[in-house]
Amino acid sequence: MNKLVSLVSGIIFGIGLVISEMINPAKVLGFLDLFGYWDPSLAFVMIGALVVSSPMFHLIKNNKKPLFAEKFDYSNNKNINTKLIVGSALFGAGWGLGGLCPGPAISSIALFNVYSIAFVISMFIGFYIVKVLNFSATR
Amino acid sequence: MNIINFTPVSAFTGGVIIGLAVVVFFLLNGRLVGISGIASNALTEKNNRFDNFLFLVGLIIGPILYTLFTSKQISVTISSSYTLLIIAGLLVGLGTRISGGCTSGHGISGIGRFSLRSIIATITFMIVGIITVFVKNLI
Repeated sequence: MNKLVSLVSGIIFGIGLVISEMINPAKVLGFLDLFGYWDPSLAFVMIGALVVSSPMFHLIKNNKKPLFAEKFDYSNNKNINTKLIVGSALFGAGWGLGGLCPGPAISSIALFNVYSIAFVISMFIGFYIVKVLNFSATR
Repeated sequence: MNIINFTPVSAFTGGVIIGLAVVVFFLLNGRLVGISGIASNALTEKNNRFDNFLFLVGLIIGPILYTLFTSKQISVTISSSYTLLIIAGLLVGLGTRISGGCTSGHGISGIGRFSLRSIIATITFMIVGIITVFVKNLI
């Protein structure tokens, strides 16, 4: 059952990226062009997502366990360190260069866009390098 | 600053749908959505590998289903060169794993739980993204 949930969650998320147009890098770059021609839409996407998720997180956290899994499984890392800042800065630079972040980049594979596929392959190489060098801040 | 292309209604609606996907995944499977983590773990970790893979498949199927049911075209405009996108992809891959999250993991799941760490990460990647676009426009 949890396999189906994973698939369906991905589908819903992907549809949200399409409706919000965040799948379009031009839209994302518009948000980052604060000092030029600014498109505030991305902020509204985040507000929309947080309006739903934030209260629900706080309700669900009181549940003993998730419906289709043994236990809740998420990182409760509270470390604010150099890795967090440097990693976020590198991500921000890459995000500003291409207008793509992981979700929209993977979703846009659906359109067979060769540019976004090149981005995704390169992104996975980045993931792999961090794994091999054991540089991740998560665990 | 000039505001253009602002689409608050579709942005908010899409955001709510993204929030819904995050809530479904948390309530049923007990995990928080962070696409960079899901994608990276699908590549490098045995644990939950098939779940992670299915979520990514869902991300790709979402836009396809949307097009099938609405027969609307999805526009994805990428104006960067291959070289720039490959550099961007590498930076996004490295940065999100070093900092442990991207726009979804830190920006939605993290901020939704009022995690200070994620708030700092989100502010950092947004500021650096804005600076990157500003500098890119100067060149």
